[in-house]
Amino acid sequence: MAKLKDLAAIEDRLVAGHGMCIGCGIPLIFKVILRATEDPLIIANATGCLEVCTTIFPRTSWNVTWVHSAFENAASTISGIEVMYKALKKKGRIPKDKRFKFLGVGGDGGTYDIGLQALSGAVERGHDIVYVCYDNNVYANTGGQRSSATPIGASATTSPAGTQSPGKIQRRKDLTKVLVAHNIPYVAQASPHRWQDLYNKAKKAFEVEGPAFLNVLCLCPTEWKYDESLGIRLAHMAVDTCVWPLYEVENGKYKINYKPKEKKPVLEWIKTQGRFRHLFKEKNAWVLEEFQKQVDQDWEELNKLESL
Amino acid sequence: MKKESWKELTLGTINLDAGNSVKNLTGTWRSGKKPQFIEERCIQCFFCWLYCPHFAIEVDGDKVRGINYDYCTGCGICSVECPTKEKAIVMVKEEVKLFEERAK
Ligand SMILES: Cc1ncc(C[n+]2csc(CCOP(=O)(O)OP(=O)(O)O)c2C)c(N)n1
Ligand code: SF4
Ligand code: SF4
Ligand code: SF4
Ligand SMILES: [Mg+2]
Repeated sequence: MAKLKDLAAIEDRLVAGHGMCIGCGIPLIFKVILRATEDPLIIANATGCLEVCTTIFPRTSWNVTWVHSAFENAASTISGIEVMYKALKKKGRIPKDKRFKFLGVGGDGGTYDIGLQALSGAVERGHDIVYVCYDNNVYANTGGQRSSATPIGASATTSPAGTQSPGKIQRRKDLTKVLVAHNIPYVAQASPHRWQDLYNKAKKAFEVEGPAFLNVLCLCPTEWKYDESLGIRLAHMAVDTCVWPLYEVENGKYKINYKPKEKKPVLEWIKTQGRFRHLFKEKNAWVLEEFQKQVDQDWEELNKLESL
Repeated sequence: MKKESWKELTLGTINLDAGNSVKNLTGTWRSGKKPQFIEERCIQCFFCWLYCPHFAIEVDGDKVRGINYDYCTGCGICSVECPTKEKAIVMVKEEVKLFEERAK
């Protein structure tokens, strides 16, 4: 088992001086994931907060080979790179036994929405890549538009809460399951507050041959509108309410990695976030009820899948 | 910083100066509060290191030694997550208004 002290002794592959917000959850995720392999890393990063805030010209916060990708095609970029390295090895321009790891990264907008086709194609083709989606439930970098990862009831600039609207009314897309349906070797969902679990999952993802996908909950104080010092508390709550279950699917077999002793009501998750504030109005009570129903259904289904 | 035009960009805007963002001192964003490290109370759990979004926890060998105020933005996560009964990181008022200093 890895110790935090040992992780801290490893050189940062993502460094200080990036422009992500005060209290942002993105760096916490990648601090762990980038340490889960010792091999040289090549990263393709779809635009979004991570991409923009780490590469403000003329600076870069990356200590590894890193390629900017358009919003919609980080998965295509990284699969092309993976194939290029194969070709270079074949031609003898890179030693055959030299190992590399290929990592595609995108936000929920760049992964659940506009990059889904590219991702689906990349994993179906079976490239030896890892793709990480940091899911902050919103198009954060462009000011907070809703995505298909935005949960029901959340207010976003394109699903604003107001007199006529209770925020987003659609159910969020379950992208992790969409990836499971591709029958790839490894799919997992993680959260930064359980770093050991996140680390293990990233390690497995890098180690399996073929495509692996990680969906990681990402704290966003700016768009979720909460006290930025409380992000990790909030991550606990996402998992304890089962809004964000931690599980993995290895060669089709489901395993839930954490089961709360006492499943908390969704209310505990939403109550400290400004994006859900309007749900406490009488007329929007049905949205919270619906939210709870969806979470209960998903949790029950997940438990069934695990027992198969 | 000298403004560069597109004519001076490298082909493909390749940046070979890996990790040069360390020149951006995000500590200038802090306003009003900062964390203070109290070494005697520290149990060296490294949670502050793990959860700091701006890589501002100073580690020396296998020990957390303090805060790097050049990068600390004062979010307070380290203090909230510090598990000791009497916290080894506390948030204190910061009189210096770095932003105003900078504007001068
Ligand atoms: C084709 C295209 N459409 C729109 C944009 C503008 N754009 C840049 S980042 C972004 C949102 C990214 O959202 P997400 O992937 O969730 O990442 P986050 O900003 O939340 O980190 C958008 C809409 C773009 N760059 N390209
Ligand atoms: S908007 Fe959210 S995800 Fe983007 S940098 Fe700020 S806190 Fe991080
Ligand atoms: S206050 Fe925030 S930025 Fe400063 S050291 Fe603590 S966690 Fe890091
Ligand atoms: S979180 Fe607190 S106890 Fe743990 S290493 Fe940091 S200062 Fe020390
Ligand atoms: Mg997003």
